[in-house]
Amino acid sequence: MSEFARKHPVWTGLIVLAVLFAIWAIFAPWPAGFEDIFGRKKVFLNALFSGITLGALYFLVASGFTLIFGLMRNVNLAHGSLYLLGGYLGYEFAEWTGLWLLSFLVVFVVMGCVGIAMQYLVFRRLEGQDLRQTLVTIGISVVAADIMLWIWGGQSYQVLSPDWLSGPMQLPLVTGYNREGALVYLKYPKVRLAILLAAIAIGIGIWLALNRTRVGMVIRAGVDDRDILGAMGVPIGPVFLGVFAFGAGLAGMAGIVGGTFQSIAPGEDTRFLMASLVVVIVGGMGSVQGAAIGALLIGLAEQLGSVYMPTYAVVLTFLIMAAVLAFRPQGLMGRRG
Amino acid sequence: MQSNLPDTPLANPTAPRWWLWIVDRIAAIPGRAWAVMLILLVMPLVANDFFLFQIFGWSFILGIVALSLMFLAGYGGMVSLIQMSVAGLAGYMVALFGESGTAISLGLPWWFVIPLAIAIATLFGSLVGLLAVRTEGIYTIMITLAMASAFYYFTRQNYTIFNGYTGFNLVLPPALFGVDWRQPVAFYYLTLVVAGLCHLLVTYVSRAPFGLALQGVRDNPRRMAALGFNVTAHRVAAYAFASVLASIGGILLVWQNAQIAPGTAGIHATFDILIIAVIGGLSRPSGPFLGAFLFVLLATFAPDVLRAIGASGERYKMLIGAIFLIVVFVSPDGLLGLWERWKARMVRDDMMRGGGGVDR
Repeated sequence: MSEFARKHPVWTGLIVLAVLFAIWAIFAPWPAGFEDIFGRKKVFLNALFSGITLGALYFLVASGFTLIFGLMRNVNLAHGSLYLLGGYLGYEFAEWTGLWLLSFLVVFVVMGCVGIAMQYLVFRRLEGQDLRQTLVTIGISVVAADIMLWIWGGQSYQVLSPDWLSGPMQLPLVTGYNREGALVYLKYPKVRLAILLAAIAIGIGIWLALNRTRVGMVIRAGVDDRDILGAMGVPIGPVFLGVFAFGAGLAGMAGIVGGTFQSIAPGEDTRFLMASLVVVIVGGMGSVQGAAIGALLIGLAEQLGSVYMPTYAVVLTFLIMAAVLAFRPQGLMGRRG
Repeated sequence: MQSNLPDTPLANPTAPRWWLWIVDRIAAIPGRAWAVMLILLVMPLVANDFFLFQIFGWSFILGIVALSLMFLAGYGGMVSLIQMSVAGLAGYMVALFGESGTAISLGLPWWFVIPLAIAIATLFGSLVGLLAVRTEGIYTIMITLAMASAFYYFTRQNYTIFNGYTGFNLVLPPALFGVDWRQPVAFYYLTLVVAGLCHLLVTYVSRAPFGLALQGVRDNPRRMAALGFNVTAHRVAAYAFASVLASIGGILLVWQNAQIAPGTAGIHATFDILIIAVIGGLSRPSGPFLGAFLFVLLATFAPDVLRAIGASGERYKMLIGAIFLIVVFVSPDGLLGLWERWKARMVRDDMMRGGGGVDR
């Protein structure tokens, strides 16, 4: 950090200024002239928080995707299908038992088993043939989308959050003054805050597991060079199975989160597949920190974009991706190799 | 890539060189190709309008778009999923600059609109190629897929250029030579001739210096770079060439449907093109057309067949996906690969029986 500051004083100054401006924009009430240009502060804060929450959701989907890719060089284009299936299963379970929290555990286990089945029955047989593996995942996603359409139909489902998480919650963030001149604070849905906190907790958990445990060490070594890892006598097959199961389970859990936060419907699978692709391309393939940064960037770009330039929001996402590809093809946190 | 050049010159040696060249090329066309051409030319005598327009017309169009993917994947080693978006963009541009039933169309003359549409779509495809060639192999699929879906969501959101969800309708081909080109027979011959020309062009380019260099880049980019070839430029040029093919297919597609909407270049359409190219086989230009024909037959008749055996007719996508999975599992190079392997086995069997040489 300090080395960077010593090398690039101008850049550091600009970054510090930008951070200070962002902190001011978030915490202070906006002066009138400022609101004329940028619109109401409440709109901005809502878009900001929606963006961060959406980023949290994207992170849940993309972190499994990036781990699977990094370790197995397998672009699992059926990842969106796993997300959607998890959402449907979570909806069914929550409707059946009424236990929202338990549905996460159940879906994680069930989707983990699905992931194990995919790895064991399909990908293990096409070991080392990247293109064919990818083609197979496309075939699986086509078939899975059709089966899900068959079972659950074309309508959209909303997973209901439990009572203790419904309703808004006041945050200590000023949105402006009311007519009497008193400060008005931002109200934000409790369930979204819970999602955000849970995603942060899961992210920290993954980071700790990868960096502080033996299994995490094996996985990191596998991302760097799986052939050497196998040659050193580490049983690589079970590690692959475990990572695939974990990624699939995480995608399934994200499905429930997405179903609570937005809704689940046919077509969401491709939407989240695209989101994971962009997040992983921006963040760097195989890097969990990269997935976190990329997810935050893309989530913010989508929400702020849809508020401030409604018909061009996708272009903003696209421009971020193009810029990353042009200047840093391996992704923000990716390593060349 | 064996050539069937005849041992004896067919034409008078004093004839001009270009004439000799053409005669040689025509003599090099294998007998099987002549047979296919003849059958396709007389098809309107036996097939009904539905077959001509809906089955063959659609097959040729999808075949052209898949051919552009086959060119990139087969000769360039780059599996690009952007081809359907390029085709869609060309279709959109024809609808936007030409005439349609939507108010934002500009109504310019066709001889200006078509080259313009091809140029814009080619520029778009080349720009995507420029970004995509910065990465390799499996990454190319991811990046082009991400861009294809970005294009899809953009067309859905944008109303000033792409007219959002509704898209454009009543996009008709120009009544050139007083012919209504959407009549089944006229449309059949239009698509047949364009598809034939595209096939010919790809075959030619694959044997021209550029195509050979591209195949060299596919097999060993490092060595080609050491030999002084500009690897990146060859790859981007391949994207540009493939974009021209794809945009031609896209224009024909918008004429066939007479309308275009975001779903035309949606993610499922993108996957369909990949499925077509892979089922047909990525090693030869005829593969995509074979795959497209099979795909169209399945998409058209699978609902009836499924209903006949008592299943729900809406599940045809599952059938296509399952066939795709089987082909990927059984044969890495599609149906053409299966055919080649079967032929090789027949030859081997013949030789084991002591049959000696097999005439081809």
